[in-house]
Amino acid sequence: MDDGVILAADDLTKEFKGFFAVEGVSLKIKRGQIHALIGPNGAGKTTCFNLLTKFLPPTRGRIIYKGQDITAMSPADIARLGLVRSFQISAVFPHLTALENVRIALQRQRGDSFDFWRSQKVLLQFDERARALLAEVGLSEFEQTEAGDLPYGRKRALEIATTLALDPEMLLLDEPMAGMGHEDVDRIAALIRRISADRTILMVEHNLSVVASLSDTITVLARGKVLAEGDYASVSKDPRVIEAYIGAGHG
Amino acid sequence: MSAAVETDNSGISVQQARGGMPAHHAAIFIALLAAGLVAPFLLYPVFVMKVLCFALFACAFNLLLGYGGLLSFGHAAYFGGAAYISAHAAKVWGFPPELAILSGTLAAAILGTAIGALAIRRQGIYFAMVTLAFAQMVFFFSLQAPFTGGEDGIQAVPRGMLFGLINLRSDITLYFVVLAIFLGGLLMIYRIIHSPFGQVLKAIRENEPRAISLGYRTNRYKLAVFVLSATLAGLAGSTKAIVFQLASLTDVHWSMSGEVVLMTLIGGMGTVFGPIVGAAVIVTMQNYLATMGAWVTVIQGCIFVICVLLFREGVVGVIARWVKRPL
Ligand SMILES: Nc1ncnc2c1ncn2[C@@H]1O[C@H](COP(=O)(O)OP(=O)(O)OP(=O)(O)O)[C@@H](O)[C@H]1O
Ligand SMILES: [Mg+2]
Repeated sequence: MDDGVILAADDLTKEFKGFFAVEGVSLKIKRGQIHALIGPNGAGKTTCFNLLTKFLPPTRGRIIYKGQDITAMSPADIARLGLVRSFQISAVFPHLTALENVRIALQRQRGDSFDFWRSQKVLLQFDERARALLAEVGLSEFEQTEAGDLPYGRKRALEIATTLALDPEMLLLDEPMAGMGHEDVDRIAALIRRISADRTILMVEHNLSVVASLSDTITVLARGKVLAEGDYASVSKDPRVIEAYIGAGHG
Repeated sequence: MSAAVETDNSGISVQQARGGMPAHHAAIFIALLAAGLVAPFLLYPVFVMKVLCFALFACAFNLLLGYGGLLSFGHAAYFGGAAYISAHAAKVWGFPPELAILSGTLAAAILGTAIGALAIRRQGIYFAMVTLAFAQMVFFFSLQAPFTGGEDGIQAVPRGMLFGLINLRSDITLYFVVLAIFLGGLLMIYRIIHSPFGQVLKAIRENEPRAISLGYRTNRYKLAVFVLSATLAGLAGSTKAIVFQLASLTDVHWSMSGEVVLMTLIGGMGTVFGPIVGAAVIVTMQNYLATMGAWVTVIQGCIFVICVLLFREGVVGVIARWVKRPL
């Protein structure tokens, strides 16, 4: 009866002092799909992510996740429902090792960790899983490296491993491949395809060839509004989309 | 099939990966204990007790600043507030010292919960301002309330009999009680830092939005560390009141809040042992330069400026960088 829609936004709007970064955006993301959100710089993609995960309170609109209205929920509680985001700007814990970064996410399985009297030895139980996740993104040799010392592309990979550690039902990835070299892009693209088998992914990505090969549905945002929606073939032929990209100086 | 003994060729990292206390930390704890045991026979015991009280205070503060990433500019409220309660309990209610100290510590925990709950809603400089504002309210309350003795403070607080058995009138006897409280407090802080809770705390300090996106309700962790820090600061203040048999406005004054920031930064914030060094430096200076009056403040200021300019990581922070080990 939810016609396969896992996440729906209705009339989502964010106003910053008279400027509408996102205006009247309605989205329906189908369960199991890779859904791409694209658009020129400043289109409001990141703001959309911030609204959907409640890192920003919407000025207007409603968000429904798995049939539940989450518009009034806190961002941490939304993450606990299995709707987990990544950040456009690399978001690792710089002074923790790569292994510890992933373990922070795995530690969530314990529920809350208010036990300040217990030794952190109890976290060793997560090491094996953490190593497996690091291996999946090609970071095995860096497990004892402080995340802050990793090259940019590796940081992004670590973020994905950390996000995956929560085993989320739905992932919101904000430009997961920005700043990566060719090999890394290919590896992460393959990983995203692999993990999408039993998950839903909403992804912001500027690399259009990646978008073309990965996504089932594409929503084009421009100036805070939905410009077009559909599969790659139809969206890429849409004259308004072409104009928006050329107008913004994008290829 | 090799059942070979795991070789420890990567040094401490293996041990840390196992989650135990690394050898060099254990060595430092033993050295501290040894130094603590001989110190009262080489130095004036009351002076060393003062260092220990302030060292515990600074370590408690560092738990919040160095590991929680929260700069409180009102920690005198918990230190001094606890000192008043501890002194009042010992003097007026006739509590034995252990219960007096416990009362003061508990009072600091309650005060910390109330103020912390309001302060953690703010970030950065606003957080510091809120904590300062509440500390000022505690100061004015202490100035006006009848039981605090106004400008005189609570004087001639009896040291009493520990557990009804041990008379604490002797400085040496009291010294070992204070040493035990200090080491107990330090070990507790060490455990907090190296607990599952401490791990989440570090994550929040490093990148709060990311911690939230992983489902951590970060405000609760921040409140928890705030309360722990206030409680331990209260333990230090309560003990200080028994040692000096005095609780006064100095303990709740904003300059006390500033001093603990100074101690922590000079020693090295975010290091386990740095605040102890910082406290020792500042207390020593105050003691031996006391005759110079206002110049002490000037010299303190100069040391602070030099510290900030030359080694931001503090004394122990710099040493930690040299030896490439967290201290
Ligand atoms: N907190 C804020 N206050 C004011 N304006 C903001 C804020 N956050 C975003 N904006 C503005 O909203 C618009 C949309 O920004 P957003 O970051 O969502 O764009 P984007 O589509 O993610 O762009 P990019 O491709 O560069 O990441 C921009 O014009 C930006 O300047
Ligand atoms: Mg963006």
